[in-house]
Amino acid sequence: MKRSQPDPLSREQTPWLFAAALVTTLPHTLQQPWWLSALGGLLFAWAFLLWREDRRLPGRWILLALVVAGIAAILADFRTLLGREAGVATLVLFMAMKLLELRSRRDATVIVMLGYFLLLTHYFHSQDIPTGLWLLFALWVVTAALVRLQAATMPPRENLFQAGSLLAQALPFMLVLYLLFPRINGPLWGLPADAFTGQTGLSDSMAPGNIANLVRSGEIAFRVRFDEALPARQQLYWRGPVLESFDGRTWRQSTRPANPERIEELGPRIAYEMTLEAHGQRWLLALDAPVTLPAGANLDGRLSALAPRPVEKRQRLRLSSSPAYRLNTAESPLSLSDNLRLPANNNPQTRELARNWQAQANDPAEVIALALRHFREEPFHYTLQPPLLGRDGIDDFLFRTRRGFCEHYAAAFVVLMRNAGIPARVVTGYQGGELNPRDGYLVVRQSEAHAWAEVWLEQRGWIRVDPTAAVAPERIERGIVDALPAGEPLPAFLLRHGDWLHDLRHRWEALNNAWNQHILGYDTQRQRDLLSRLGFAVDWRQLVIALGLACALILALVTAWSLRQRIRPAPEIRLWHRAQRRIGIHCAPGETPLAFAARLRAADPALAARFDPVVRHFMLARYAPDNPNSLAALAAAVKRLPRRRIA
Amino acid sequence: MSSKNTPILGGRPHAFTPILDAANQVILGKPAEVRLAAACLLAGGHLLIEDLPGLGKTTLAHTLARLLGLQFARVQFTADLLPADITGVSIFDREHGSFRFIPGPVFSQLLLADEINRATPKTQSALLEAMEEGQVSIEGETRALPSPFFVIATQNPADQIGTFPLPESQLDRFLMRIELGYPGRDAERALLAAGSRRQASDQLASLLTPEQLPQLQAEVAALHVSPALIDYVQALIEATRNHAGFRHGLSPRAGLALLSAARAWAWLAGRDMVLPDDVQAVFAPVARHRLHGAQGGTLASRAEIDALLATVAIP
Repeated sequence: MKRSQPDPLSREQTPWLFAAALVTTLPHTLQQPWWLSALGGLLFAWAFLLWREDRRLPGRWILLALVVAGIAAILADFRTLLGREAGVATLVLFMAMKLLELRSRRDATVIVMLGYFLLLTHYFHSQDIPTGLWLLFALWVVTAALVRLQAATMPPRENLFQAGSLLAQALPFMLVLYLLFPRINGPLWGLPADAFTGQTGLSDSMAPGNIANLVRSGEIAFRVRFDEALPARQQLYWRGPVLESFDGRTWRQSTRPANPERIEELGPRIAYEMTLEAHGQRWLLALDAPVTLPAGANLDGRLSALAPRPVEKRQRLRLSSSPAYRLNTAESPLSLSDNLRLPANNNPQTRELARNWQAQANDPAEVIALALRHFREEPFHYTLQPPLLGRDGIDDFLFRTRRGFCEHYAAAFVVLMRNAGIPARVVTGYQGGELNPRDGYLVVRQSEAHAWAEVWLEQRGWIRVDPTAAVAPERIERGIVDALPAGEPLPAFLLRHGDWLHDLRHRWEALNNAWNQHILGYDTQRQRDLLSRLGFAVDWRQLVIALGLACALILALVTAWSLRQRIRPAPEIRLWHRAQRRIGIHCAPGETPLAFAARLRAADPALAARFDPVVRHFMLARYAPDNPNSLAALAAAVKRLPRRRIA
Repeated sequence: MSSKNTPILGGRPHAFTPILDAANQVILGKPAEVRLAAACLLAGGHLLIEDLPGLGKTTLAHTLARLLGLQFARVQFTADLLPADITGVSIFDREHGSFRFIPGPVFSQLLLADEINRATPKTQSALLEAMEEGQVSIEGETRALPSPFFVIATQNPADQIGTFPLPESQLDRFLMRIELGYPGRDAERALLAAGSRRQASDQLASLLTPEQLPQLQAEVAALHVSPALIDYVQALIEATRNHAGFRHGLSPRAGLALLSAARAWAWLAGRDMVLPDDVQAVFAPVARHRLHGAQGGTLASRAEIDALLATVAIP
């Protein structure tokens, strides 16, 4: 059944639709599988060539075959058509295919609507400033394509201007909806199960190389603003998961039920606000040792703060910690035996060494000191590129390679301690942070990820021991860049290419932080604060009323403005009036310009001679066939008039 | 109008410039009326001249017919004039044994219908229908009138006994209605000195070929009218409708007539666009016979028309 196309698309409209399709799908190439980008690019190039050569679009059987092939490829890659990634991929594919089916205005409308929808899907991946800017630009282009559908022959500049002015008119509504639309904690709609894939952060296990990989990421883990002064760098241990069970290679969290911690605070508390990026786990990464937690959060029995649910969006938390503390001076025997357990027949050399130290030393503290001295005095190296380790990884590391990252030192130290009969465990988290002088926030990145050890001593409880500090004290004192030896291939973001680049980076991150804090972080609480400051009681009904009122007000203002534009006289009339004001003589209501000129000639021939060009150009601009230059000529003629007032 | 020397806009010479000059040599002291008559002709409308006898109505018609090379006929309307006297009749031809159509005076290019209000309404409407349709139906056969077809009708306003004044609907068929009036002092003197003008008009040569006039009429009809000018025409029409002094406002047909007359006036001024001045110049001749005083009967006065033009703002 062949239907005629009721509303065919003109040649001039198509490039705008190409542009709309391009700007809405282009950023997805960063996320989607390469083959989809390649296929989309091919389809796009094909559609463009057909348009340029003015050739027939492919028939429906070819399109059908392409759709089936594309969907099969998506199914093969994602194993589903639903969900976030597969759904977006399907839409991108459809967008590219639709370009080969651009026959009528209906098809064009599909492109535009699909474009608007695809714009939204970009926010799955990123909500940062560049994304926002790009999407604004894309919104403009898509809207211009929509305008183009209505006016096929409009000059392109006029077209873009129209689209811009449409968006500008929508801006007040956008602001009002942003500020007043009731905020709901959590996503508004159920998001697909894979909505939060690809977040970086600590994991609940540690094998050699895990943290070293994390360090290569420049992503920000969290930002902190201290109520008072920034604590000393050596105190900045941000505590993540505590790993207690070791299988010879990988460290994991223990499944032993938790006992509540008993913390004795030995010094003043430090209060701070943390903006935690989403990482898909429950750890809150509080500063050691957390004493007050946000509502709903709790400690896991190993002094790590846990959120009630995995952190799947950016959160702002208020916390306080006590850097000087004593933890669990009386520890349960179950916990102590857990923290002494080692896999059987593993790392014999390490066991030998530890036993030697145990025999030499009078008490556990001396064993610790011996171990740290060993790390300090033997030729150990701190590096992001440790050699591979064999089956007895700790033996290999301690006696053969002696090159490692924090995770190697922490693991080796804990194994040594356990062999010497001292309960010990690995703690992972972050250490340090970089103060952004622009906004006073301490920025902690994935590159600050760290692993250290804790040992339990009689009467002193759990004590933090950081063997990395023994090998590379700079890591703790100044940060990772200074700790790594020169020539180490560092990720580019860590290098400090002179001051201005560093400063630029600080500025950019401060801007991003402001964006996160104020724009993205505008949540129920902030909305409530804002509204109560404006004098609204906080009630969703009133919120809806306020929203309605604000929208009505904006609508009224926009209408009034456009009415004013309509009754505002045409430009040539305004110039004509200006000319009359300039000479101080005015035209009567029913007096024609020529009659006015004649009256002027009778009254003041000299002035009339100078006024005649104005009359001439006014009549040309107003009554002659359209001429783009006539307005300019009139304006020039008015400008040449003498300024004179006739009493 | 505008200036005595070079106008601010237009002034381009055209095919009618010599015609108007020659006509003004014959009809002395009436350049505006001659120009209006020419505009009416160019706009493809018909002209009604209302005035006393002996003021040169016939001379004007005759002069225009001569100058434009139009075939001329004249009908004196009387109470016993029958429609067939205008349109023509079929008579039986014995030699050929068939009816032969003898065309009436309406089959001419310029018809002067003198004292149209003296004929009966039936005869009047026969002419007016021919004017409107451009064709006549006689004995079941439709015959096209020549082209161009231009009627100048005259009416004597003073002598109302035994006349059948044209109803409003019939007056509407005329694009313009003008009055010639007495000549000015100098013109009258020149007239008296030179003798009757009829001989002068008889000696005139045609300045236009028969094919030229339709071309010029098409050129006039295509003259540019800007939206702003249409606004003005609309404002004028609306003002007549809301005017307490008039029984009815102007009809849409009157609006179209106003625009086409203004186009012709602008063309005669040598411009390629229509100005409000053109609308004002033709407004009284086009509108007056279509507007009637609120009391009924009399036509709108010249003063009322001028007041209207002065108050309606030019948008």
